[in-house]
Amino acid sequence: MLSRTADHVYWLGRYVERAETLARALDVQYRLSLLPQGPQSVAAGWLDTLDELGLLPAYRERHGEVDSEQPAQFIAFDRHSTLSIYGCLKAARENARAVRGAITSEMWETMNGTWLEARGFDPQQQRQRDPGEFIDWVKHRSQLFRGVWRGTMLRDEGFAFMRVGMSLERADGTARILGARLATASGGTAVSGYYQWGVLLHAMSMFENYRKLFREAVVPERVAELLVLRDDDPRSVRRAVGDLYTGLRVVANQQSRETERRAGELEAMLRFGRIEALVVDRLRAFLDDCVVRLRDIDRRITSDFLVAIESVA
Amino acid sequence: MGSMFYNEMYTGDGAVRSHYAALDQWLKRQSSDWLAQKRDEADALFHRLGITFAVYGEEQGTERLIPFDIVPRVLPASEWRLLEAGLTQRVRALNAFVGDVYGAQQILRAGIVPAEAILTNAQYRPEMQDVPVPGGTYAHIAGVDIVRAGPGEFYVLEDNLRVPSGVSYMLEDRRMMMRLFPELFSLHSVAPVEHYPEVLINNLRSVAPAGIDDPAVVLLTPGRYNSAYFEHAFLAQQMGIELVEGQDLFVRDDYVYMRTTRGAQRVDVVYRRIDDDFLDPLAFRPESALGVPGLLTAYRAGHVTVANAIGTGIADDKSVYPYVPEMIRFYLSEQPILNNVPTWILRRPQDCAHVLANLSQLVVKEVHGAGGYGMLIGPAASTAQIEEFRGRIQANPERYIAQPTLALSACPTFVESGLAPRHIDLRPFVLSGRDIQIVPGGLTRVALPEGSLVVNSSQGGGTKDTWVLEDG
Repeated sequence: MLSRTADHVYWLGRYVERAETLARALDVQYRLSLLPQGPQSVAAGWLDTLDELGLLPAYRERHGEVDSEQPAQFIAFDRHSTLSIYGCLKAARENARAVRGAITSEMWETMNGTWLEARGFDPQQQRQRDPGEFIDWVKHRSQLFRGVWRGTMLRDEGFAFMRVGMSLERADGTARILGARLATASGGTAVSGYYQWGVLLHAMSMFENYRKLFREAVVPERVAELLVLRDDDPRSVRRAVGDLYTGLRVVANQQSRETERRAGELEAMLRFGRIEALVVDRLRAFLDDCVVRLRDIDRRITSDFLVAIESVA
Repeated sequence: MGSMFYNEMYTGDGAVRSHYAALDQWLKRQSSDWLAQKRDEADALFHRLGITFAVYGEEQGTERLIPFDIVPRVLPASEWRLLEAGLTQRVRALNAFVGDVYGAQQILRAGIVPAEAILTNAQYRPEMQDVPVPGGTYAHIAGVDIVRAGPGEFYVLEDNLRVPSGVSYMLEDRRMMMRLFPELFSLHSVAPVEHYPEVLINNLRSVAPAGIDDPAVVLLTPGRYNSAYFEHAFLAQQMGIELVEGQDLFVRDDYVYMRTTRGAQRVDVVYRRIDDDFLDPLAFRPESALGVPGLLTAYRAGHVTVANAIGTGIADDKSVYPYVPEMIRFYLSEQPILNNVPTWILRRPQDCAHVLANLSQLVVKEVHGAGGYGMLIGPAASTAQIEEFRGRIQANPERYIAQPTLALSACPTFVESGLAPRHIDLRPFVLSGRDIQIVPGGLTRVALPEGSLVVNSSQGGGTKDTWVLEDG
């Protein structure tokens, strides 16, 4: 397929997935803010979230101080950057529009409809409302898009590039959301630990799955195992990297072997990793390493596939 | 005013024309509220489907709907047969003309078309002189604008032979009507149009350079900020071909390639939706970032087919239009079936004098204008506007032509006040390959403001579904 088309499809997948990641990160913070605690620790939680999502510089530029209210508005509705949910949906729609002939009509209509509804949300009104409504809407539209994609698109290169974009973004998102939680979570009692880690599981739609898998109470090691190393958690880093590797094997060309190898290497790290070796203090460094490796793979995808290739096949 | 115009639905004494009878009865059974609700439903659907166009001169990314009218325009089979024969004849002659201009130039030597009107015309591309094109086809796709003045009395207003647009609206308007009013299609036997992309892709494949069994066809668009981008994406998708921008293509050793994730891939046919001027910065406008450097060279070498052919614009120039009936006689030895609008060529002193004395009754057009811009509609213009135009004409008479103000026919249209007649035209799409094919109907454009004669979407025009009724 055209390199430009692949580029748009890749980014369409990334932006849709990123909107969902941001919604889930918002969800974590929103649920935490409902727990008994002072506004300072709420603000501290937002600071870690913004930092971990890479949004802190842009936030500071726009609003300065991190308080307990602005960050949510910024992450959800900021009109001026592609970093907010609003911005991601806009960018996703622009990418979809650029390749509306290469994706299915249903995918385009779903993306366009999502964007038209996103424009309808009034940030000022939303301030008065339960943010859960907006968060659920974003998750729903992202899931809808994923369903339409899987349900209508030919299993061709375009499908694989979408898969590559979505899974790379998801691996990155899960690592960052967990990273933010590690940064904020303090020791505390078992009860406060339960709530602190429970909200994360709820926000990742993994609470019930956790209950099915583990008999023990909600403890950081097991939450981390579920979100990082398990293959049966659809949002885990391992699962997402596995998808990324599969997608890269489908789109492989003459120059992409090294990229494929690096994705496979990361997958192996996750596949053969043991949570006992990553107890909480080493987990943080491990997640950072994952994010760095994903960034490297993203750069390699760009140069292997998405920029002009002039060699004649 | 109203009675001066031919009404598509009703005769002068208020009787319903027979081909509109069933529609008229159906419309009378529906309430205005329900029709308004259906129209709003259509608008919402068009928005959701993203059937929108970008507006020139407004903020990047501004998208608007082309207003869609829910009352279809109906043509009986007998009238369509006449139009079909007339269009086929006309496009055959126009193709022959372009081939002649870039070949032996017999029509110029015979003195039928003045040589200076061609050879000094900005649309004449000397680069194309003596370059053979596959099948001798230049205008693969023509969108001929037709207006009606009376029963069976059709005039060709313009032959759009460069990058005519609007066919996606023909297809989407039909799809919308079937979705909104399925019962109407059981009351009428409407000739289908949905196969247009199929005919088009077969045609494009048939004009590939010789020796290519399975040609790679692409649609070249200026990109997603172009006003017709929706149509480009739509057609590429319907035909299953790549939608490419200039940056996606490159030329090496006189062959055209596209940049893909698996390396370069040969391109054999380019269905371009970019004007000649922007097609190849090495040959035409050097600042164009939309085109493909070297495309003309590859084309001249016969390694790629460009549709429509480079240089085809010479045949739809407004200063050449007056000679089309003569072309039909010259190349086909036939009498023209469709009328030309009588046209004064202001380059000629006596025509110019006549026009200047009658500006308030005439329509004056810029020879190179398009989209309803740069024209004067005398009867609707103020004295000041007329005087301003007089000055412009006197300064550069060769830039203008003039025509009588045509009594465009009117068709009932659902507007704020209910059903009311509004002026319309018709753009059928004529496809030339091994033979000439026209899907029945075309795009009907409607001027929505009361009394307006300007149907262009850039000037507030809307569209209607166009029904050709089948016999029996």
